[in-house]
Amino acid sequence: MTTIKKPKSPGGRKAGRRHPLSSVALIAIGLLFTGGAYAAFSTSTASAETSATSQQTIGEGKKLFAANCATCHGLAAQGTGSGPSLIGVGAAAVDFQVGTGRMPMQMDGPQAQKKAVQFTDEQIATLAAYVSSLAPGPGLPEAKLLDEKGDAAKGAELFRINCAMCHNVAGAGGALTEGKFAPSLEGVTSKHIYEAMVTGPQSMPVFNEMNISPESKRDIITYLKYLENNPSPGGYALGSLGPVSEGLFLWIFGLGTIVALTVWITAKSN
Amino acid sequence: MAKDDNSGKDLAAADSSGVGHEGAPAGTAVVVRDAVANPGFPPHRPRVTDLDPSAERRAERTVYTLFYLSIVGSVFAIAAYMAFPIVPEDPGSVRTNNLFIGLGLTLALMAIGIGAVHWGKALMFDHEGIDERHPVRGSEETRSRAVEIFQEAGEESGIGRRTLIRNSLIGALIAFPLPAVVLFRGLGPQDDNPAALLSHTMWKKGTRLALDPTGTPIKASDITLGSAFHVIPEGLQDLEHGKLEEKGKAAVLLMRLKPEDLNELPERKGWSYDGIVAYSKICTHVGCPVALYEQQTHHLLCPCHQSQFDVSNHCEVIFGPAKRPLPQLPIAVDSEGYLIAQSDFTEPVGPSFWERH
Amino acid sequence: MSTTTTTTELVETKKSDGLTAVAANYIDERTSISTAVKELGRKIFPDHWSFLLGEVALYSFVIILLSGSFLTFFFSASMAPVQYDGSYVPLKGVEMSAAMSSSLDISFDIRGGLLMRQVHHWAALLFVAAIGLHMLRIYFTGAFRKPRELNWVIGFILFILAMAEGFTGYSLPDDLLSGNGLRIIDGMVKGIPLVGTWISYLLFGGEFPGEAIVGRLYSLHILLLPAIIVALIAMHLLFVVVHKHTQYPGAGRTNQNVVGYPVLPVYAAKAGGFFFIVFGVVMLMASLFTINPIWNYGPYDPSPVSAGTQPDWYIGFADGALRLIPPGLEFVWLDHTFSFNILIPLVSLGLFILVVLIYPFIEAWVTGDKREHHILDRPRNAPTRTAIGAAGVTFYAALWATASSDIIATHFSVTMEGVIHTMQFLTIVGPFIAFFVAKRVCLALQKKDREIVLHGYESGRIVRLPGGEYIEVHQPIDEYERWKLVSYSDYKPLMIRPNAQGKITTGQKLRAGMSRWFFEDRIEPVGSAELEQSHGDHH
Repeated sequence: MTTIKKPKSPGGRKAGRRHPLSSVALIAIGLLFTGGAYAAFSTSTASAETSATSQQTIGEGKKLFAANCATCHGLAAQGTGSGPSLIGVGAAAVDFQVGTGRMPMQMDGPQAQKKAVQFTDEQIATLAAYVSSLAPGPGLPEAKLLDEKGDAAKGAELFRINCAMCHNVAGAGGALTEGKFAPSLEGVTSKHIYEAMVTGPQSMPVFNEMNISPESKRDIITYLKYLENNPSPGGYALGSLGPVSEGLFLWIFGLGTIVALTVWITAKSN
Repeated sequence: MAKDDNSGKDLAAADSSGVGHEGAPAGTAVVVRDAVANPGFPPHRPRVTDLDPSAERRAERTVYTLFYLSIVGSVFAIAAYMAFPIVPEDPGSVRTNNLFIGLGLTLALMAIGIGAVHWGKALMFDHEGIDERHPVRGSEETRSRAVEIFQEAGEESGIGRRTLIRNSLIGALIAFPLPAVVLFRGLGPQDDNPAALLSHTMWKKGTRLALDPTGTPIKASDITLGSAFHVIPEGLQDLEHGKLEEKGKAAVLLMRLKPEDLNELPERKGWSYDGIVAYSKICTHVGCPVALYEQQTHHLLCPCHQSQFDVSNHCEVIFGPAKRPLPQLPIAVDSEGYLIAQSDFTEPVGPSFWERH
Repeated sequence: MSTTTTTTELVETKKSDGLTAVAANYIDERTSISTAVKELGRKIFPDHWSFLLGEVALYSFVIILLSGSFLTFFFSASMAPVQYDGSYVPLKGVEMSAAMSSSLDISFDIRGGLLMRQVHHWAALLFVAAIGLHMLRIYFTGAFRKPRELNWVIGFILFILAMAEGFTGYSLPDDLLSGNGLRIIDGMVKGIPLVGTWISYLLFGGEFPGEAIVGRLYSLHILLLPAIIVALIAMHLLFVVVHKHTQYPGAGRTNQNVVGYPVLPVYAAKAGGFFFIVFGVVMLMASLFTINPIWNYGPYDPSPVSAGTQPDWYIGFADGALRLIPPGLEFVWLDHTFSFNILIPLVSLGLFILVVLIYPFIEAWVTGDKREHHILDRPRNAPTRTAIGAAGVTFYAALWATASSDIIATHFSVTMEGVIHTMQFLTIVGPFIAFFVAKRVCLALQKKDREIVLHGYESGRIVRLPGGEYIEVHQPIDEYERWKLVSYSDYKPLMIRPNAQGKITTGQKLRAGMSRWFFEDRIEPVGSAELEQSHGDHH
């Protein structure tokens, strides 16, 4: 279903072919590797990690997962040939991928694209609870980080350094290799922006809190929301795509209008 | 001088295919012997405003209404200047200021323009005039007089006879601009050699890798799988001079891959640390920052000319106009766990240049 | 005695017309302006929409001068670092150059400042575009032929200077986008063998980016380049007056006359009004549409870059040429680096520019035609020239489109690599296809013209003859329309003849080859005998 493939560990593959207990072995290896690595390399941001999630919610999430996600990600979220392991990706990844409609993926393509959300907020929360119960991972951001009241100037600087090369300085999006692209950030909710930075969906790198601190992430969100809430002072922004759209507009609208007027000027009056 | 039209009786014989004046060779042009004759001007067609006095009055009204509208536009622009001031920190006020002054001026300009053209088209005398053309070259007398003048001047100055004067003058005229060429050397600092400057950066043994732009040093343990850190040498932010010049050479991208995904060159074993690699961010093509890191494919893309580099294969070029891989910065970890450079880059970073080898 | 005379004169003048006459007399006695009015006041200008394109360029330049002068009052061409403390919140406290900071102040703290910036930038884009379109008109109608070859050269130099003006201006705010543009220029310059490293070093006053470049570009942008442009425009217009304007073929128009409206009053009203119209259109764009939002780009810093980093449209062809080069074209020989990935675009664009610059002389050499040409060609009547033009336009357009390869990829959901490969193909093969197609289309149109002259228009009315035969009635065209279709210059291929020494030189062989290529396929204009005969057939 999806083309996002993580190379599987060679050991796992061999075990899977030879042993009936393949899935158990895979989970064990996956847990050890991904979760362990995550725990080792990151001081977890999971402060908002679901302490209140009851076993029941996790159970419901597991059912939803089995019905909707397991085809690609495996019954135990251990990953298959068509979808990566979700062990240790955390609630943030689930909330982002499912909450923006990227998952479940509908068709094969260079990358999963935003579309209509397939689940209710509660369903997404139960899915997230289930996945985060598998191994610790980035949790949902705290509300105070999403209040859009940070320092827009700091946010803008960090955005230019860390994000603009893919998403464009005005967040209008841009091209990546082989048909992939960095999407436009206009209209993306603060929560999803935060989650994307923390989890690094698809091609996007992960920006952990040592790289960009939670407060700095708040600044970046503040800047993006500033851009969204303040239309361009110069007038209509032509997609914020830079000189290409400006040039095209000049040739078609500017020169087009003027040439039409030259025809009028030199036409014989009747 | 303009004459009235419809006097083209004498034109019928004229050949349109371009005889400018007698004697100019026509090259390989074919002169059609039985060319169709020029029929002369078509009859003049009067306008509605010539025939219908009410149409003429209407046109007149349109023209002066437009000119009055233009005055309205100018007044509106002045009023907008005062009515829509710029409020500090409110970009919306800049937008309305820009919009309304602009629209007022647009009206002021367009109305004058359209009014004047309409006047010209609908009301002014509309019979076409004719000018005659003459060959561009001067008449024979003029030309021979010009030649004479030059001859006389040559004679009177003796420039042809006094060859020493002439030649020394030519020499002097050639020599005098030469000092200007030397002066241009001063455009760049006098004592530096550009090729040498390009060959080293701020990185040296033990320099800590720090976050761009804050300058916070980075620990190896901070870097999780799939991360990309934008890095500058520690101390860059405190430089008094040459901050941007140093940054332009020293900017680095730090990434962590699974060690088994890294395919390292034998001579570069030990340049990475536990899957963490550092590469110059400056494109080897023409120098744009290459920072589009795709964590799944480990490809780096330059947004300017689309060169692509494969991080898992020592940043070799896999697409686009660049030739050389991005230079790798050898890194290690110091006793406190911070990432440090083992040395400067082992080759010049950024675009190629003649002296590079 | 003298007192009396003066008094009489004064009285006379007053009687004649009052203040205007006095003023006119005052000026004329000091400037001899009556001579100029006599010579130029009723000068004839032919009327055609395509003759106004050069005016668009001229007017945009005037608009640029006006708005640019306003901007210089506020702009500070210095790269000294300052902390931004203006009105734009997302940049507050950010360190940037004085140039960037003052550009932001013009945009956010001076009423109408942003409007003037946008007028200036839109007018600049229009300036180059209008020159381009004007040149295409000149080319495709053959208006560059004798005696106007030198004016073509002047005009083309103006086109190059306009691009230089544009690029220097684009770089002045020292924002991230233009800074990366300069970075690319630096990289290209460094790729030039032998002198590149030094040129870059001197240009930037040391290492890139340095603190000198904005000030240097500023003096080029507002002093040196405009002065040269103004001088060349003056020459360009002077030649238009000397040559008198060309005209399209039409009944009554010959190579010895020029038919149109006199400067005073009709042409002055139309052309003068048109200035305000062009200014109005630019003003409208500036008030409604953002251009170059430097506040989004932020100050230049060598580390960040934006997706979609492109130059303004007129430099696009060069950027596209850089993108098209396949990997691996850089070599180290003899201890030196040869950057063919930069040299190939530089040299091929240089050659392209050179060919365009000298085209009038090439064509004149091939035809050997030394006559003056004041009647324009309809593009179809010079099939090979039109086809060469189409090929050139295709080549340019392919390079130009490549500069937006990433935006094409995202907006049409295709891969960037696919776009580049397609454009590589189109840049090389496209011109040949365009040449072939354009030439065939021209010849077909010429044949259709012949058909119309000889047999009239197809009226669409079918009539049954008494004998039972069905024919379509053809509507003959009137003699005025016909004249436009039959009056064009026609050339045949050159026959080589040995020269005085009985030899055929290589130059002659080359010329004959070119001539064959130009004029092998030709459709002759209809002659009167042929016309008579066809009339006989029909009546």
